[in-house]
Amino acid sequence: MRAPLLQRVDAWLRQALPGLLTLLLVLFSVAPLRLPDYAAVTPGLVLISVFYWTVHRPDLFRPWHACVLGLLDDVLSGGALGVNAMVLVLVHWSVVAQHRFFVGKGFALVWGAFGVVAPLAIALTAMLSLLAARVLPDPAVVLVQALLTVALYPPVAWVLGRAQRLFLAGR
Amino acid sequence: MAFRRQGSVTRLAAPFRGLAQRNAALGLVLLCAVLIVVGRAEPRVLERLRTLVLDVAGPVADAVSQPVVATQRVADGIAELLSLHSENAILREENARLAQWQVVARSLDAENRELRRLLQVPGDPPLGFVTGRVVANSGGSFVHSVLVLAGSGDGAAKGHVAVAADGLAGRVTEIGERAARVLLLTDMNSNVPVVLERSRERAIAAGDNSGRLRLLFLAPAAQPQIGDRIVTSGHGGVFPPGIPVGAVVGFRDGIALVQPFVEAARLEYVRLVDYGLGGILPQPAPPPARSRGR
Repeated sequence: MRAPLLQRVDAWLRQALPGLLTLLLVLFSVAPLRLPDYAAVTPGLVLISVFYWTVHRPDLFRPWHACVLGLLDDVLSGGALGVNAMVLVLVHWSVVAQHRFFVGKGFALVWGAFGVVAPLAIALTAMLSLLAARVLPDPAVVLVQALLTVALYPPVAWVLGRAQRLFLAGR
Repeated sequence: MAFRRQGSVTRLAAPFRGLAQRNAALGLVLLCAVLIVVGRAEPRVLERLRTLVLDVAGPVADAVSQPVVATQRVADGIAELLSLHSENAILREENARLAQWQVVARSLDAENRELRRLLQVPGDPPLGFVTGRVVANSGGSFVHSVLVLAGSGDGAAKGHVAVAADGLAGRVTEIGERAARVLLLTDMNSNVPVVLERSRERAIAAGDNSGRLRLLFLAPAAQPQIGDRIVTSGHGGVFPPGIPVGAVVGFRDGIALVQPFVEAARLEYVRLVDYGLGGILPQPAPPPARSRGR
């Protein structure tokens, strides 16, 4: 009787992998790195993860994943509740809507698409923050943040891809 | 045949599933919009939810930050080793300077005590405080705040003043049972009444989400100079007077820019101090030279 339970836990953990890895990135992105000026331009690691999993495993990464993780990000970072959540759900929705475009495409094209989606998402976050908390961040900082996020896509996607191959191969 | 039928059912269901998923996304976007509007109009409604999540996430963030902090310590150690020699020379020089100050401070302290005894000034009440580790630093250009692992269960409360070794860090704006959020001086919503230590001119040190503060409402006659120290004035009853805030480092559009003494990125521990200022205005005139031993 033990084996089926373990198997079920194993299957559940594998199914939940995209959500759990994104959760880890949410927590990591607020970890107090003692780097001067890093806090101002923190790259959107969560955005990378949400985009990656929506492109590669939309069956395991649903809109509610994006919403719950976005809300957690909002509370942890002290921002207006709902801002990150809305942006992540919209990113999820836009990728799912264009899913046919991503099927069987190479890495460069997916990265290119991220290069379009990420700056739009970050600009939307800035606009929603302006509406929700009347906070207009420095445009230069937002630009650096967008560039850094796009530049960090390949290494983060590589790590997520390794995890996907290791735990979700053939599933 | 049976397979074909199942296949056709799936094919028939596919657009509906797509519709359901689109609707789910639409529903979630609407939910977020409601949260944003409610959070803007009635922040109190969401406060309970926020503190609840804070309490659960605080210890988890603490656990996640441990390996990050450990790695950082190793890197800091190596950097310190490399700059050991030059650091040593600077410290020797500073030590010589501080030794002179110590003589001055001792004589002033003795004089102060004697004068207080003569005037029968009652001593300051002992301050209650709790020290907490910084477990999360809100990244991004939208908010400047830190999550501290100390909450109402430890004696902290909303409005308590967050002080680090170098000076003022901010104040507690959200409090849970185990964790508290400290709004940093550099946040756009932070406005601290201050005085120029040298000329006693009043101003407001306002954050703008950059690393520096702007000195607003400074009297036109006041001429702040680069290097001038800024301390809290105690006006408004939120911060007690005399806590070091920062030093003037430059000017932009005629407004003095202040570099805070507390570097947010390097905050490791903060003291959440109860100065007993829960909305009660302090005495109108701040005591002139209540230097805090700096």
